[in-house]
Amino acid sequence: MEVNLRIFRYNPEAGRNKPSYDNYTLEADPTDRVLDLLELVKSYHDGTLSFRRSCAHGVCGSDAMRINGRNYLACKVLVQDVGNNITVEPILGMQIIKDMIVDMEPFFESYRSISPFLVNDEIPEDGKERLQTIEQRERFDDTTKCILCAACTTSCPSFWSNDEFVGPATIVNAHRFIFDSRDTAPEKRLDILNEESGAWKCRTAFNCTQACPREIHVTQAIAEVKNALTTGRLD
Amino acid sequence: MTQHHQHEVVIVGAGGAGLMAALYASRGADTAVLSKLYPTRSHTGTAQGGIGAALGNLEEDRADWHTFDTVKGSDYLGDQDAIEFMCQEAVPVVYELEHMGLPFSRTDEGRIAQRRFGGHTNNETKQPVLRAAYAADRTGHMILQTLYQQCIKNEVNFYDEFQVLDLIVDNGKAVGVVAAELATGELHVFHTKAVVFATGGHGRVWEVTSNAYAYTGDGVAIPMRKGIPMEDMEFFQFHPTGIAKLGILITEGVRGEGGVLLNNDGDRFMDVYAPTVKDLASRDVVSRAMFLEMREGRGINGQRYMHLDVRPETVNKYAELDKRINPDGSEYRVTAEDILGKLPDIVDFTRTYLGVDPVKQPMPVQPTAHYAMGGIPTTQYGEVVIDTKSTIMPGFYAAGEVACVSVHGANRLGTNSLLDLVVFGKQAGLRAAEYANGTEYGKLPDDAADFTRQQLDAILNNKGEEKAADIANEMKETMTDKVGVFRTEEGMAEAFEKMLELKERYQHVGVDDHGKVFNTDLLNTWELGCLIDSAIVTAKCALDRKESRGAHAREDFPKRNDDEWLKHTLAWLKDGKVEVDYKPVKITKYEPMERVY
Ligand SMILES: Cc1cc2nc3c(=O)[nH]c(=O)nc-3n(C[C@H](O)[C@H](O)[C@H](O)COP(=O)(O)OP(=O)(O)OC[C@H]3O[C@@H](n4cnc5c(N)ncnc54)[C@H](O)[C@@H]3O)c2cc1C
Ligand code: SF4
Ligand code: FES
Repeated sequence: MEVNLRIFRYNPEAGRNKPSYDNYTLEADPTDRVLDLLELVKSYHDGTLSFRRSCAHGVCGSDAMRINGRNYLACKVLVQDVGNNITVEPILGMQIIKDMIVDMEPFFESYRSISPFLVNDEIPEDGKERLQTIEQRERFDDTTKCILCAACTTSCPSFWSNDEFVGPATIVNAHRFIFDSRDTAPEKRLDILNEESGAWKCRTAFNCTQACPREIHVTQAIAEVKNALTTGRLD
Repeated sequence: MTQHHQHEVVIVGAGGAGLMAALYASRGADTAVLSKLYPTRSHTGTAQGGIGAALGNLEEDRADWHTFDTVKGSDYLGDQDAIEFMCQEAVPVVYELEHMGLPFSRTDEGRIAQRRFGGHTNNETKQPVLRAAYAADRTGHMILQTLYQQCIKNEVNFYDEFQVLDLIVDNGKAVGVVAAELATGELHVFHTKAVVFATGGHGRVWEVTSNAYAYTGDGVAIPMRKGIPMEDMEFFQFHPTGIAKLGILITEGVRGEGGVLLNNDGDRFMDVYAPTVKDLASRDVVSRAMFLEMREGRGINGQRYMHLDVRPETVNKYAELDKRINPDGSEYRVTAEDILGKLPDIVDFTRTYLGVDPVKQPMPVQPTAHYAMGGIPTTQYGEVVIDTKSTIMPGFYAAGEVACVSVHGANRLGTNSLLDLVVFGKQAGLRAAEYANGTEYGKLPDDAADFTRQQLDAILNNKGEEKAADIANEMKETMTDKVGVFRTEEGMAEAFEKMLELKERYQHVGVDDHGKVFNTDLLNTWELGCLIDSAIVTAKCALDRKESRGAHAREDFPKRNDDEWLKHTLAWLKDGKVEVDYKPVKITKYEPMERVY
């Protein structure tokens, strides 16, 4: 099938200092990934086109982009999913460096701010694993899936209007530890999320849940964190 | 302008091996981690099925069974002292990962859950054993996340999106690296006492591959350009179950949970090729069986793929035939929910990329290029050794897929790579820090970045008579056809010649992008040079090894030949020529035997 691909371009170094679009008409299979099309353009039409990618099957989190106005991983969306007029743009709310490449530093800084690591120095005397029931493990399973792709955060209207907001991805990762029965510092993370830039900035727009390529119930995770903030309970 | 930095230990790569090395090195020395990808984008994150350790959480298991299985799996080419060390260390290191916070799946008793994997057996009953510790089907993701989280906790220094292009050697010692900062295109020279390479593999040499775009063999090519040999490069693993055409991996855990491979007649053909463990034979055996079935015309609809069937009715039918029982003695049966719960990501992949629901339809699969057994030769402490006498090169360490200890020999068992990463990553980190503490900074040449700049300038200045993508496609096609699952003298000789030709043509590849900021055009082209170097050496080592062993299967020499070939290959790439030599395999307890599953 024929696909009309419209690609956002921005590269001040090469004089393209105003956002613009390049158009290509390409022959594609319905089952091609959008990433395959970008690779094709880069290999045979314009090597200057720049984007991040690595795993090519939706697990490394490199290639979150706006495709026809919605956030996806370019490697996890097929041509047949989006039709034959395809517009590819960088994710919103981050500083664009070149084409689809945005500055990810603030995103990772936000992630680091909630101490994303298990706090628990006690180790069983026999040196073996700590015990955790299947139910306790299940409690935070959903949020362990996060690959830090930023699709959720950059689809969030609250984040667009206020980049102080830690964003859904950070709350998801806080959730992963807050509800882990082995963790001993949930209060610390909850305190951070209780601040002005924290969970209360979420207006339940649901965009994040829709955007998440790992199908994490992001809004629900945020609601659970808010609930813990109000009730002080972690069940 | 070239910028200069100094750190006692520099770790190149932030996957499982690099991060584990970083955690340990940073406790004893000033350490920095350089990675061309953000750490959480590393390939370790894609690993699915599990990490092997004889925890015995569900049934009896022993580290020495794990050791023997690994020796056997390696087709006796693995070094037995290192294998024993790894399998003993496996148990404490998996507990250590749990202590760090890794969210393993759990048993009814709340212990770490374990599943079956190919080649892992109870040595007494010869039956598959529950040894692979797992977190659903995203064990690698959880390892990568957990180690990265620990690095944040321990305030490890990261240089994210810094691509290393050269190793600086002075007087036979590693004294630094040169890296390009992706965001600015500037070159940075890192002056160090010790360098640890943990850069992963080179599976992008082949066409159908489970490997990420980033798997370009940088860690193979860079040391070779400094006269350091590679070990056992002819041994590259083809995993039996990649999604047809795409190569995306379907974990062996699917077969561990009871899934079976079927041919066009609906027959479970592994019965014939591995009567005892059937679908859970080791990977080389299963891939070859699939290949033979397809050659006999029994691929699905005569095509080059087979079915992997994990529908509950199929699993239960064969579980009944095999009399498979649960650890508590009850009959093994599964429901669709069990499958969905244990293999959620696999279900997601097949739905996304194939539109196939694996609890309702079989999945089309074919062997996919997967794992480099060969690489930078090291000791079991991560020290790089550079000749047939295993002379240590001071200041240079390697761990993970890029290294060849060798614990995987001619064929790696599933779950042993994740194990290798953490066990030997830790050793390399410890040793690098220890070495750094006992030594002074070596001398950095004034022109440290010159060699790198020359390489990049050469690409930038080419007129571009050749296209990188064409050369890459020719390489992949040739290597898949001629240096794949089955090999012949003629085919490999052709492939080797072709790779030399491509190396020559590569000198004329140009780029469109002449800028500095995120010039991925330039860096991808540089990476292609690394892939070609990896392919040349692979083809030549394969051509020279006149026997079949593990993943190296020759139609003209179908048998293993221990009298002549029970030895490791070492290969040097010098001025476009490959020199090959050999060194002995370390045999301790297990005399080579015929390998049957
Ligand atoms: C799909 C898949 C599933 C797998 N499943 C399993 C499994 O279930 N069990 C198992 O044991 N094994 C499994 N494996 C194998 C295992 O995951 C890999 O062998 C292992 O993760 C490699 O880890 P590593 O630390 O060596 O490299 P990686 O995790 O790949 O890390 C390499 C690092 O090096 C960096 N790097 C590379 N080149 C450069 C450079 N030039 N400059 C700077 N940085 C550089 C990268 O940025 C990256 O951070 C699987 C592999 C794949 C592909
Ligand atoms: S929650 Fe989902 S969308 Fe957000 S960063 Fe994680 S994986 Fe990406
Ligand atoms: S390339 Fe890894 S998520 Fe798309």
